[in-house]
Amino acid sequence: MNDTVQSFDIKAIRAQFPILGEKIRGKDLVFLDSAASAQKPRAVIDAMVHAMERQYANIHRGLHWMSERTTEAYEMARDAAARLLNANDRSEIVFVRNSTEAINLLAHSYGRGILKPGQAVLISGMEHHSNIVPWQMLRDSHGIELRVAPITDAGELDMAGTEALLADGRVGLVAITHMSNVLGTYTPAERLVALAHQYGAKIFFDGSQAVVHRRVDVQALGADFYCFTGHKLYGPTGIGVLWGRRELLDAMPPFLGGGDMISSVAYERSTWADVPHKFEAGTPAIIEGIGLNAAIEFVEAIGYPAIAAHEAALTDHALSKLSAIEGITIIGRAQDRGGVISFALDRAHAHDVATLLDRQGIAVRAGQHCAEPLMRRLGLDSTARASFGIYTTNEEIDALADTLGRIREFFA
Amino acid sequence: MFEDVRDLYNAAILERGRRPRHMGKLQAFDATAKGDNPMCGDRVTVWVKFAPGGTIAETGFDARGCEISKASADLMVEAVQGRSPADTKAMFERFRAMAQSGECPACAGFEPLKPLAAVHAYPSRVKCATLPWHALVAALDGAANATSES
Repeated sequence: MNDTVQSFDIKAIRAQFPILGEKIRGKDLVFLDSAASAQKPRAVIDAMVHAMERQYANIHRGLHWMSERTTEAYEMARDAAARLLNANDRSEIVFVRNSTEAINLLAHSYGRGILKPGQAVLISGMEHHSNIVPWQMLRDSHGIELRVAPITDAGELDMAGTEALLADGRVGLVAITHMSNVLGTYTPAERLVALAHQYGAKIFFDGSQAVVHRRVDVQALGADFYCFTGHKLYGPTGIGVLWGRRELLDAMPPFLGGGDMISSVAYERSTWADVPHKFEAGTPAIIEGIGLNAAIEFVEAIGYPAIAAHEAALTDHALSKLSAIEGITIIGRAQDRGGVISFALDRAHAHDVATLLDRQGIAVRAGQHCAEPLMRRLGLDSTARASFGIYTTNEEIDALADTLGRIREFFA
Repeated sequence: MFEDVRDLYNAAILERGRRPRHMGKLQAFDATAKGDNPMCGDRVTVWVKFAPGGTIAETGFDARGCEISKASADLMVEAVQGRSPADTKAMFERFRAMAQSGECPACAGFEPLKPLAAVHAYPSRVKCATLPWHALVAALDGAANATSES
C-alpha cells in the first residue's frame, strides 16, 4: 500500500455515496452515525446488484459455470480481507456474519476448545456488549474467570491495572476493543500485545471501529486474533471477518456444524474441512461477500493515509467546535482517539437532543451505545454520539455544533 | 428553528419535563416497580398508595430520562388519581393506542394526557412516553420490573 497521502477529494468521494443526496424532511442529510453502520458507495451497491443479476449460484459445490464464477467472486473477498489486515495467508480469514458472531465463534471454539477451567479471559472496561456477553456465557458454562481491565476517567485503558490483572499468569486470552465505540479511544495495541504475550496470554482485538479509520497490520502488531464487520467499513450487513493465526485456528474445534464445514460425513463420525472452511458451516452470505470485496477495494483505492488524515482533521475540528458550546460535556479525553465523539448537554437529555437534531436532518445516536457497564463506570445514563466517516465534512460538523447551541436555547 | 417539533415539545410537555410536580418517593406506599429501558438508558420508579377501597390514593415517581418520559410520568400521576387498578390498566391501553396513532376516540376525561398525542409522529420516542405506564401497571400487578423496549 502506498504510504503517501493521496489527494483527498471529498466532493468526489461524496458523489460515490448515492444516499448522501437524500433529503430528510426537505433538509440535507447530515449523517453522523457511521459508527453504528456506514453508508454504502456505488461500487458496493453495483457489485451486489451485478452478482444477483448476472452471476449468481451457490458456491463451493456447483460444477457449472455460474457456481464456479460466483465462487471466484466470493473468494476474492477473502483475498481482499487478507490484504486489508496483512494476514500471512488467506486461509486465516474466516467469514462470519458480523463482529458479534466472530466473538461468539472465538468464545466457543477457543474458549471451550482450548482454554481450561480455572483460566481467565481479560476484557476491558470500555467494551461493547458483544465483547462482554459471549465471555460471560463462557465463564458460566466452562469455569473461566472473567476479568475487567480498569479505565481512567479520561477514558483510556489503565495500563498498570491491566498488567496487575495479567500478573498471575492465569489469563489465557485478552479480548479487547481496538477502538471504543463510545469514547473514540484507541487502545495501545502494540503495548497490549507485548503485555499479553509476556504473561503467556493470547490476544484478540475487536476491530469493528478501528479498521474503518486506520491501517491494521496484524502481523506487524503481533496479534493472535482480530475481527471486523463489513457494514461499518462501507460494505453490506451480514458479513464480517475473524482473522486468527493459522496454527491457532487449526487447533480449535468447529463452531457451527453442517454443510461446507466437513471433509466427510458418516453416522459414526464426521471429519472437518481445513481452515477456514471448518468454521464456515452452511451456505454463506455470498452476495454480501462480493459486496465486502468491493468495499475493501474502495477503501484501498482511497488509502488509509488519506482516510486517517481526513478523519484526524475532522476530529480536531469537531472537538474544538463542540467544546466551545456552553454546557456541553465531551465524554472521554483520550490522547489517541478517532472520529467517535460522545457528549452530553446540561439542559437537554440525549434523546431530546437526537430528536431535535433529526428534525434538522442530522442523524446521531443517543442512548447507551450497547455499552451499559461503561456508561455506569462514567456515571451516565445516556449520551448523544456523533461519529464520522470518509464522507463527513467540516460543514456537517459546523451544522451539528450550531444546532446543538440552538437546542440548548430551546430548552432554556 | 424547531417550530416543527412544537407539536410534541409543546408548552405543557416542556413545563412538566423541566418542573415535574409529582416527582419524589412516597413516604408510605403499598406497591412499587421500576421501569427500565436499557437500550436507551431511561429509568423510572413509581410508588403507589391505595385508598381503603383499593383505588389509587397517591402516586409518586422518580425518573432519569428525557423530557418525554418525565412529562409522561408527571401527567400520568394526575390521570390515574382515584382510579381503580382495572380502570388504570384500561386507561394505559387507551393511552398506548393514542401514543401509537395520535388518535383517541374513546378518551373522555383524557384531556390531561392529550399533550402527548403528538409522540406518534416520533416512532422511536413512543417507548419514552409509555415507560412510566409500564412501570405503574407492573406495580399494580405486583411485579418488580418493566420495560417498554420489547
